[in-house]
Amino acid sequence: MNNNINLLLAGVGGQGTILASRIIAYAAQCSGLEVKLSEIHGMAQRGGSVVTHLRMGQEIYSPLIEVGTADIIMATEQLEAWRWLPYLKEGGTVIVNAQVISPVPVILGLKEYPSGILERLKENVPQTFTLDALKMAREAGNEKAANVVLLGLLASQMKFDSACWEEALKVVLPAKILEPNLKAFQMGFQSQA
Amino acid sequence: MKKTLLTGNEAIARGAYEHGVKVAAAYPGTPSTEILENIIKYEEIYAQWSPNEKVALEVGIGSSLAGARTLVAMKHVGVNVAADPLMTFAYTGVNGGLVLISADDPGMHSSQNEQDNRRFAKFAKVPLLEPSDSQEAKDFIGAGLEISEQFDVPVMVRTTTRIAHSMSEVTLGEREKDQMKPWGRSPQKYVMIPAYARLRHQLLEEKLVDLQKYSQESPLNRIEWGDREIGVITSGICYQYVKEALPQASCLKLGMSYPFPETLVREFAAGVKKLYVVEELEPFLEEEVKFLGLEVTGKEIFPLTGEINVSMIMEGIGGKGKPSPLKLSDYKPEEIPLRPPVMCAGCPHRGVFYTLKKLDLIVTGDIGCYTLGCLPPLEAMDACICMGASIGAALGMEKADPALKGKVVAVIGDSTFFHSGLTGTLDIAYNLGSSTVIILDNRTTAMTGHQEHPGTGRTLMKEPSASADLEAIVKALGIERVVVADPLDLEEVEKVISAEVAAPESSVIIFRSPCALMVKEKGAPARVDVEECGYCTDCIGLGCPAMVNDTREGEVRVTAGLCSGCGLCIQVCDFDAIHKEGETGE
Repeated sequence: MNNNINLLLAGVGGQGTILASRIIAYAAQCSGLEVKLSEIHGMAQRGGSVVTHLRMGQEIYSPLIEVGTADIIMATEQLEAWRWLPYLKEGGTVIVNAQVISPVPVILGLKEYPSGILERLKENVPQTFTLDALKMAREAGNEKAANVVLLGLLASQMKFDSACWEEALKVVLPAKILEPNLKAFQMGFQSQA
Repeated sequence: MKKTLLTGNEAIARGAYEHGVKVAAAYPGTPSTEILENIIKYEEIYAQWSPNEKVALEVGIGSSLAGARTLVAMKHVGVNVAADPLMTFAYTGVNGGLVLISADDPGMHSSQNEQDNRRFAKFAKVPLLEPSDSQEAKDFIGAGLEISEQFDVPVMVRTTTRIAHSMSEVTLGEREKDQMKPWGRSPQKYVMIPAYARLRHQLLEEKLVDLQKYSQESPLNRIEWGDREIGVITSGICYQYVKEALPQASCLKLGMSYPFPETLVREFAAGVKKLYVVEELEPFLEEEVKFLGLEVTGKEIFPLTGEINVSMIMEGIGGKGKPSPLKLSDYKPEEIPLRPPVMCAGCPHRGVFYTLKKLDLIVTGDIGCYTLGCLPPLEAMDACICMGASIGAALGMEKADPALKGKVVAVIGDSTFFHSGLTGTLDIAYNLGSSTVIILDNRTTAMTGHQEHPGTGRTLMKEPSASADLEAIVKALGIERVVVADPLDLEEVEKVISAEVAAPESSVIIFRSPCALMVKEKGAPARVDVEECGYCTDCIGLGCPAMVNDTREGEVRVTAGLCSGCGLCIQVCDFDAIHKEGETGE
C-alpha cells in the first residue's frame, strides 16, 4: 500500500479536471500500474467545486482517497488547492495554477476571496509548485490547455515514461487540438527545469 | 485479451455489447447517462432516449417479448417512474433476457433523494446484482442476462455513483453470437388479467425459491476467509472500502444480494467471531441477516445517510486508526467561501428567475439546471419535488387557497416537460385551473450533458426526427393562452409573465432560447464604465458568474473571458453604465 500514489485533482466545474484525470490514468496504466479513478458529474459540474480522486499502484481497492493521505494535490484554481489541502499527507506535493475564479459568495460580495493563498500554501507545504498555466496555455495556442500545462509539471515530478504521457494525451484528446496541447504539456514539463 | 480502463457506465455498455444486447432504452439521469451514450458506439445495438423511464422500460419489455436481449437504464428515481411496468413485468417474465440498470446516488451528488433501490428489487421480486468495480459492471450484464433467461424474470443491476463514475481496469471480450429468440403467442404469460396474473404470481414465488438456491451456489457470492475474529458481509462499492480498511478480515462478498443466499450467510457467520455488515443507506443486508436470527452489527455504527468511506470502517470496526488530516497553520475552514454550482454565464434561464423574484411570485419548480434558481441571489423557487411535479403542485396550491390564484407559477424545462409535464398540464386545462406554466425551452436536456429529446429533432443515434411542437401540444391539451417569448429580453419577460398570471384562465409561456453552452458564437462581452456606475449592485442580483462585486474597491466588474455577451446586465443597469465591448455609452 505504501508504494501507491494518491493524487487528488481539484478545480472548478468546466476547467477540464475530468479530462486531465483521464490522461493521468492512462499514463499510469501504460506505466504498468493498477489505476482507480473516481469523478463526479451532473449538478456538481455547473461551476461548482469539482474533485477527482486518482489512485495508482500495485493493488488498489477503494477508488477514493482518505483525508490526510494524498501524495499530490493538483489544482487548476488557487482556492480549490487550499480547500482540499487537508487531504494532503505529511510531506506531500501541491501543484497549483495561479488562476483565481471567484465563487458565488465572493461575486455577490458576501465573502472575501482569501488572500495570500499561494504564500500560505508554500508555508504549509514546502513542495508547492505554482504556475500561471492560463497564460502559458495561451502562449501554446489554446487557452483551454491550462490543465495540460499543469499535467506537464506533474509529469516532471513523477516517474512515468514520457512515451506513456504522449500516448495518453493522444488517446484522450481529439486529434484537432492535440498539437497545442502537446506544446502546453512541454511548457509545463520544462517549467521547473 | 485486451485490457483497458473503463468507467462503470462504459463497462456496462461494453457488457451489453459483448453479451449480445440488441436493444437499449433509457432517459438520461445522473449517474446513469453515459451508459447509453457509450452503447451507441456499438452499431450492433439499437439504442434510444425515451421521453421517460416508464416508456423506456416498456420499450424494453416489447424488445424482450420480441426475443432480443435488452438493457434499460435509469437513475434511482427513474425506477419510481418505471415502477408500474416493472412490478407486473416481474410476473410475466421475459423472452429475450432483460437487465434493468438502477444507478443509485448515495450522498445525492446530483439527485433529490437517496432512496436505496435494492429495496425496489425485493419489492418487485426481481433478482438483484451489485457490481463492485468496472470489471464486474461488465461481467454482471452477462450474468444478469443469463439469470433473466434461465429463470424467466427481469434482473436489476444496481450501481452507485462510485461504481458508475469510477474507472478501473477491464478485460475486453468478443461479442457473443446473436441469439434472438422466436416470438411466440402466450396470453397466459403476457396478458395480466387477474385470472392469469394469479398464476404468474404463484409461479414467480416458486422462481424465487429456485433463485435463492442459485444465489447460494453462484460464484457471484463468495467467502474470502481471513482472520476469523472479524467477518464482514458487504456488497457493491463497500466491498472495496472493506478490503482497503480491513485487509486481514474475513469477507462475504455479495454480488447477488437478492434473493439472499441464506445458507452461505449462515456458513460465514458460523466461521467468524464477530459479524458485521457494511452497506450504504438502508440496512438491506443487515435485516436479512437478522431475519436469520444471527447477531450482527451494522447501522449501530454506520450511518443511514450518505456514503461510507474507508476511514469510517477503520474507525467503526477498528482494524487500525483512521488517517488524520494534514496539520496546517493559518488554515481556517470558515474563511473558505463555498463554491456551489451556478447557472452558466449567458444562461437563458437567468432572466426568468430574476423577474420571478422581482414580481414576488410563488414558484413551484422542477428538475434540471434551472433548479439552481432556488439559490442566492435569484432565490426564486419555492418547491421542487420530482420530474414534472411543478405543474400539479401549482394547480393544487390554487385549489387549496383561491387567494393564491394569479400568484403561483410552475417552472419546468423542455426535456422535463416531455418527460412528465404533459399530464399535469392536461390536469390544469381539464380541472379549470388558472395556473401559469412556464416552459424554459433551451432545446436540450442540459443538466445531464445535452442529450437529445423529442423536441430536438434528432435521436440518440443522430438520425433526424420529428421535432415535437410544444405550442401545438399544449394547445391540444386544452390550454388556450400560449405565448412564446425571448428570455433574454427582460422587458418582454416581465410583460409576458405579468400578463399571463393576471389572466383569469390557465396559460403556458414558452421562453425559448438555446442553452448557453450550445451557442458557439458568443456576443461581445459587457464592460462596466466605472465613471457611470452608481454601485447599486442591481446587476450582481442576476447571479452571473462573469460579474464580480469587488467590495474592497467598491466596484462591479465583468470578467471578459467568462462573459457570453447575453446583455442581461446591460438591461438591468439603471445608470446606463454597462455596454458591450466596442460600443460606447451616449
